[in-house]
Amino acid sequence: MIETQEFKVIGTRPIRPDGIDKVTGRAQYGADIKLQGLLYGRVLRSPHAHARIRSVDVSAAEKLPGVKAVITGRDFPAASNETVHAGEGVVNFSYLSENLMAQTRALYHGHVVAAVAAVDVHIAEEALKLIKVDYEVLTPVLDVIEAMRDDSPVVLQEVRTDELGEKGTKPTNIASHGRHDLGDVDKAFANAAVIVEREFVTGTVHQGYIEPQNGTAISSMDGSITAWTSTQSAWDERREISEVLKVPLAMVRVIPMEIGGGFGGKLNAYLEPLAAALSRKAGHQPVKLTMSRDEVLKATGPTSASVMRVKMGADKSGRIIAAYAWMAYEAGAFPGSPIGAGAAVIFGPYRFENARIDYYDVIVNKPKAQAYRAPGGTNAAYAAEVVVNDLAEKLGIDPLEMRLKNGARQGDRRADGPTYGPIAYLETIEAIKVSAHYNSPKPAPSRLGNKVGRGVASGYWGNWDGRSSASAVINSDGRVSYLEGSTDIGGLRASLAMQLAETIGLKYEDIRPMMGDTQTVGFNDATGGSRSTYGSGMAAHRLGLKIIAEMQKHAAALWDVQPEQVNVKGDVYSCGEKAITFKELAGQLDETGGPISVSVSLDTKGALPTFATQVVDVEVDVETGKLQILRYTAAQDVGRAIHPSYVEGQIQGGVVQGLGWAMHEEYVYDKDGHLLNGSLLDYRMPTALDMPMIDTILVEVPNPNHPFGVKGVGEVPIVPPAGALANAIYDAIGVRMNVLPMNPRNVLKAIGTI
Amino acid sequence: MQAFSYVSAKSVSEASAILAQEGDNAKVLSGGTDIIVQLREGRRSAHVVVDVKAIPELNELSYDAAAGLTIGAAVPMHRIYGDAKLAALYPGLMDSATLIGGTAIQGRATLGGNVCTASPAGDALPTLIALNARCVVASANGTREIAIENFFAGPGRTVLQKGDLLVAFKLPAPQPNSGAAYLRFIPRNEMDIAVVSAGVSVQLSADKSTFIAARIALGAVAPTPLFVPEAGAALIGQPVGAVAVNAAAEIAKAAARPISDMRGSAEQRKHLSAVMTKRTLEIAIERARA
Ligand SMILES: Cc1cc2nc3c(=O)[nH]c(=O)nc-3n(C[C@H](O)[C@H](O)[C@H](O)COP(=O)(O)OP(=O)(O)OC[C@H]3O[C@@H](n4cnc5c(N)ncnc54)[C@H](O)[C@@H]3O)c2cc1C
Repeated sequence: MIETQEFKVIGTRPIRPDGIDKVTGRAQYGADIKLQGLLYGRVLRSPHAHARIRSVDVSAAEKLPGVKAVITGRDFPAASNETVHAGEGVVNFSYLSENLMAQTRALYHGHVVAAVAAVDVHIAEEALKLIKVDYEVLTPVLDVIEAMRDDSPVVLQEVRTDELGEKGTKPTNIASHGRHDLGDVDKAFANAAVIVEREFVTGTVHQGYIEPQNGTAISSMDGSITAWTSTQSAWDERREISEVLKVPLAMVRVIPMEIGGGFGGKLNAYLEPLAAALSRKAGHQPVKLTMSRDEVLKATGPTSASVMRVKMGADKSGRIIAAYAWMAYEAGAFPGSPIGAGAAVIFGPYRFENARIDYYDVIVNKPKAQAYRAPGGTNAAYAAEVVVNDLAEKLGIDPLEMRLKNGARQGDRRADGPTYGPIAYLETIEAIKVSAHYNSPKPAPSRLGNKVGRGVASGYWGNWDGRSSASAVINSDGRVSYLEGSTDIGGLRASLAMQLAETIGLKYEDIRPMMGDTQTVGFNDATGGSRSTYGSGMAAHRLGLKIIAEMQKHAAALWDVQPEQVNVKGDVYSCGEKAITFKELAGQLDETGGPISVSVSLDTKGALPTFATQVVDVEVDVETGKLQILRYTAAQDVGRAIHPSYVEGQIQGGVVQGLGWAMHEEYVYDKDGHLLNGSLLDYRMPTALDMPMIDTILVEVPNPNHPFGVKGVGEVPIVPPAGALANAIYDAIGVRMNVLPMNPRNVLKAIGTI
Repeated sequence: MQAFSYVSAKSVSEASAILAQEGDNAKVLSGGTDIIVQLREGRRSAHVVVDVKAIPELNELSYDAAAGLTIGAAVPMHRIYGDAKLAALYPGLMDSATLIGGTAIQGRATLGGNVCTASPAGDALPTLIALNARCVVASANGTREIAIENFFAGPGRTVLQKGDLLVAFKLPAPQPNSGAAYLRFIPRNEMDIAVVSAGVSVQLSADKSTFIAARIALGAVAPTPLFVPEAGAALIGQPVGAVAVNAAAEIAKAAARPISDMRGSAEQRKHLSAVMTKRTLEIAIERARA
């Protein structure tokens, strides 16, 4: 901990360094890259959700004038079957490779079967039409419950259930069944005064970043690969390209461009290895691949559809004494849904002595699930928060009091294992309890017959720390060139520069931050798991300490004393009567030992979970089932808000995404597994006209493990909205929703109108 | 996108000659807000695209208390709602014109394009039916008029034949004590396609107590926009009020024959047919009384 918590820079709201270029259209995003001799690629995708690929004939496409390369599964060597942690989940390279390019089986509508590079996109598109694929169409598996049945067709014949740690013997779609057990849940239910049990069904949901995936690559004649892309994790991309194309790590350079959102959807490669493989085949010319929105929705990773059953029992006093959850998440075509995180979130905010969670990862013929902001959390919390409110109602207890009574605190053991350190959940409940919103009457309905309701819900997210590196150069004018390696999606460069400025006593404007690439700065984990302001902030602080140490040496040289004799206060270096500012000293580096550059690489620890409590007012048009959000307030433990505007922005953005998921968003498949709503017209994300201003309450309980008290803030705000909205709908019309999205049709169904 | 040639036609005869010669290989370009998207996505193809925006007859926008309103097929929405006099005379039409797309789209999108795209959910179609519009169609053989409710043949299909060009719409001048309205139901507040929509017009007696004429049409509940003459007829002679409105709404609902798709289920659309008819009638009545 730094001694004084009186900050000069932290807590202010400076302008981000990437801001002007972004709002004036000059920032270079992935698809903006132009290179000499650039070829344009297009990808052929399976029209079937499940098929055997008997043959792929590319001969006619190869002959089309202007076509420079065509690749298929044959161009992808078998990748290792190794499973490693990457981004916010695990990656199996063999499956990653097969997901990038199908071999003998097409596993979802949109699975890549071939790719073409040509001198322009129109020729590439024409070439796709000339590729002949012979498919044997198979019955698709599209529903998590159906997929779990013994008589279901099997998507991946080689999969055996990992059943509580033991491998099964039969082909199956159930990749794994895990269980968390705490206390004696059966006995506790037998003693409960009130029990609520409900089932919930939620749809497949897309992250909704604005910028489609893209990848441009050169495979040079020396075997090296350079890729430019929009990614949340340049280092994970590098590893994936290296593994899939069998090129040594050091021969791959990934250059992250500005990114138009990711939310978990840009943690893994989709196009970069294809672009590199095409480049290799096309005489080493660079190749650019971009996705249309339709391709983004069809073939990149959404988050899982799920079915959950939640049961909770309480004693008469309102203490929840037993909780059980059965959860099945769709993994898509390969194992790896965020079920593990879902199982941590579902009871995360609560203290139970007895709990059990059974959780299943289930393979279906849909695109491989990918992380989405607090992966697996929103749907899990939806189920739990509705049940908690139902229990509270049956017991005659106010929903916030119910949460205060049962809320987790330091020392409590979570059902999935860990014991909580210094957390601040109850503070978020208290913040809502005293908020202007919660203490004002519900707004009046805008139309006769409409009903208005108010609902609350809470949420937990675990947060990640991870590895971060950074480097800096002290310029002779006293300014610092700062290179960091975490993808900046939401103002990170500013938040990191502020932490560095605070550490070394400079002004924010004195730090010039820049995002490095895999060749220019040390290793960094993904921007994901709400880690970057935490982990890379720690690296910024450590970097600052190193800068100070170097500057002390130079001051010591100037005055011919020992570095330990040089005192540092803010930007002033002194020894006895002698004093010099950072800036003045920077101008004298050459006279005192030469230039200064420093770098750090850290494996950070000490991230703390965060909690959020939110309240929403909703108006229900009972005749049409349409919802209108009237007011929303989100309270969150943010540790320390380094740049409060960006923290508020994260909270507002998370809430809007959560509400979109809650109200409208869902992939619609036909019975053959074709995605029907592959556009932002029909995949209905909320527009600005659908949302009120989201009010935020920043609860600052600093993390003692971080020099500035940072806790991850980006993910937890998406966790409570669906539960809060469901509880508000109940308050309005007395109907408990058990399905996401709660769109007009599903609301009318729940009311019983249709 | 496939390559095509582009012609900016300067007269009705020039355009219809190309259309007659090229048939299905030619596509008319009005505002282009449908056709360009469709060509890009490969949903339609063209050897030649005929731009009709420079043809004088298709740009006419004139009103005369005797002859009524003429709107050229290529007049963009912003010209329609930007005309204060028209806005006062045809509030129902303005409901549609201001609803289609956002400001940028409205700078280009035309009624002709909306009608010829012939989406069952097109937002101008029920309104034009309610307002008793007639379509002026030109071909090498001269011009003819088609009542708008007879213009549609199925989803994306009209009765236009090879060589036909839609030139303009003719709308009768509004009757005294009349009002029209259009509403669509969409799950979001913008950027959506009607799940169900209703366009209605009513004319009330001089004392505004009784319906003397009404036309009701629904969108997105049948392969074409659906004119429900019996729903309007049921209002005639009835006292203005909830009883008559609800009865008409039930008739409209009975006429609806929707399908289930990703935008809504058949049951939902059936139910909404009554709700939207009722709500639209309420607005039209309010306007007729004003
Ligand atoms: C972002 C966006 C939002 C939209 N929102 C809406 C909405 O809210 N509601 C809605 O209903 N629609 C909407 N649309 C669709 C479209 O804007 C409308 O249907 C519009 O009215 C089409 O007019 P246009 O002049 O652009 O048609 P065009 O694209 O030029 O033409 C459409 C079709 O009509 C044919 N055609 C055009 N003029 C003639 C003619 N004179 N004779 C014969 N055939 C002709 C063309 O060949 C083509 O097949 C939207 C489109 C976009 C891109």
